[in-house]
Amino acid sequence: MNRPFLILLGVIGLVVPLLLSSPAHAVNPDEMLSNTVLEERARDISQELRCLVCQNQSIDDSDAELARDLRVLVRERLVAGDTDQQVIDYIVARYGDYVLLNPPLKPETYVLWASPVVLAILALIAVAAFYRRKQREAGAKPDKLSKDEQTRLNEILETAQKDGSK
Amino acid sequence: MRFSLAVIPLVLFAALAGIFLINIDKDSSVVPSVLIDKPAPDFSLPPLPGADKGLSRADLTKGKVSVLNVFASWCIPCRAEHPMIQRLSSEADVPVFGLNYKEKDPQDGVKWLEELGNPYQAVGMDLSGRTGIDFGVYGVPETFIIDGQGQIKYKHIGPVTSEVLEKVLLPKIAELKG
Repeated sequence: MNRPFLILLGVIGLVVPLLLSSPAHAVNPDEMLSNTVLEERARDISQELRCLVCQNQSIDDSDAELARDLRVLVRERLVAGDTDQQVIDYIVARYGDYVLLNPPLKPETYVLWASPVVLAILALIAVAAFYRRKQREAGAKPDKLSKDEQTRLNEILETAQKDGSK
Repeated sequence: MRFSLAVIPLVLFAALAGIFLINIDKDSSVVPSVLIDKPAPDFSLPPLPGADKGLSRADLTKGKVSVLNVFASWCIPCRAEHPMIQRLSSEADVPVFGLNYKEKDPQDGVKWLEELGNPYQAVGMDLSGRTGIDFGVYGVPETFIIDGQGQIKYKHIGPVTSEVLEKVLLPKIAELKG
């Protein structure tokens, strides 16, 4: 077998399992609700809530004890008839905005949300300034040699020719 | 123009270095409580087996500054901080209450206090962890300072060390007592 074919085979071997596998979840079968609509909503809510013990996982992904308790609590609130927003507000009232993996837009977070836009605008200004300067420099250069320069160049070329013919 | 452009990276670097310097001692795993200056949640917990008094919100609203310490026998840092809670109980002259968080067996908390000594005026047993969630507890041990009207005034997350006790908790309690 030739080498490109082997490489291709290797890439397929790496990529296909990744595409086929679904992300691992920590939800245990005994936590799940028999009502599939409510269970679906519980999963969506859980994926938005941060596990405070592991911090970079949602409670849907985390195996931590507290994450489990919160998953069960989310399902209890849903069964009791809360809307999705009410469930999220219930958790936020206890743990703060920090539990939201998607930070809300409010005065405290304006800087957070605005900074990418501000940085992008600054970068555009910098790029524009760079090209304008380049253009100006190019425009400032004279197109032709002055008379003196032309005479001097001719002299140099002549001497070079003479040296070369020797 | 050219000079001011050259200074920009330097200024940016200085600003970043300043931010890092300010935050270098900050523990990013500590999440500030949203419950500060809010009334303690309503709760009523049963006593440990053999004790006659549990713990409820009414215990925190008797006009005296109080301390609520969340502990568990399975929590190693709780064992480490226990002598500090005992010191707190004897030095601060305020009621110290215990929230026994999520024991596997109700007897575990009893045995733990028998072995290490009981600094608590009353202990509530939170087997389900629901009261813990209402208090925003996410890692034991946690220690709350509550004013006489039942408002949460301060929360320390993690074990109380002698430094935390002397420099943070005791001054805070003294300040609240006025």
